[in-house]
Amino acid sequence: MATKEKPAKEPMPPLNVWLAPVAVGWLIPGGGHYLLKRTGRAVLLTVSVTCMFVLGLLMRGAMFKPQSGDILTILINWGGFLGDIASGILYLLTSWLGYAQADVPGAVHDYGTKFLVTAGLLNVLAMVDAYEIAGGRKS
Amino acid sequence: MPKMNLSHFEASFLFALFTSVVLGVVTKRTDRERLRYGLYVFGCFFAALVGIGWLMYFGHG
Repeated sequence: MATKEKPAKEPMPPLNVWLAPVAVGWLIPGGGHYLLKRTGRAVLLTVSVTCMFVLGLLMRGAMFKPQSGDILTILINWGGFLGDIASGILYLLTSWLGYAQADVPGAVHDYGTKFLVTAGLLNVLAMVDAYEIAGGRKS
Repeated sequence: MPKMNLSHFEASFLFALFTSVVLGVVTKRTDRERLRYGLYVFGCFFAALVGIGWLMYFGHG
């Protein structure tokens, strides 16, 4: 009986190849792409992630802080915190300069909170893309 | 810091726009495919926005 062969797993590229683009990509949205000379895509990523984050701030979105408690509280707050921190320098500057705001009720604030977290998650996608380009899996 | 008050539609529109751009950029392999995919994702977001909006409108009676 013929068995389907599993596709060979691609080996992980060496750390020194992808670490810098991924780290710079975290710190500056689109930075990994600048480093890899993908300027057009880098500009689109920088503009999109930064606009998303700044709009979130202007809508007075809340920054998540890690909290303990029941499982839902832990999941929401840790997940939100990781999403926020994935924005790199945008998150760090907001925290250092005191622009991080507490959670307040209201539809616009709620949208703002989602914009802030989504900006970080989009930056994670950009970091993964930079990793794949650096590793030679994508052009 | 100034406060921005966007309507549901404006906020959803901007969310769809920026998310589509990033998804288009990171997903495909050629610029043409990226553009097409970005537009496709934006279209899906927009269809969901309008569709769910009407659904909620009729749901409320």
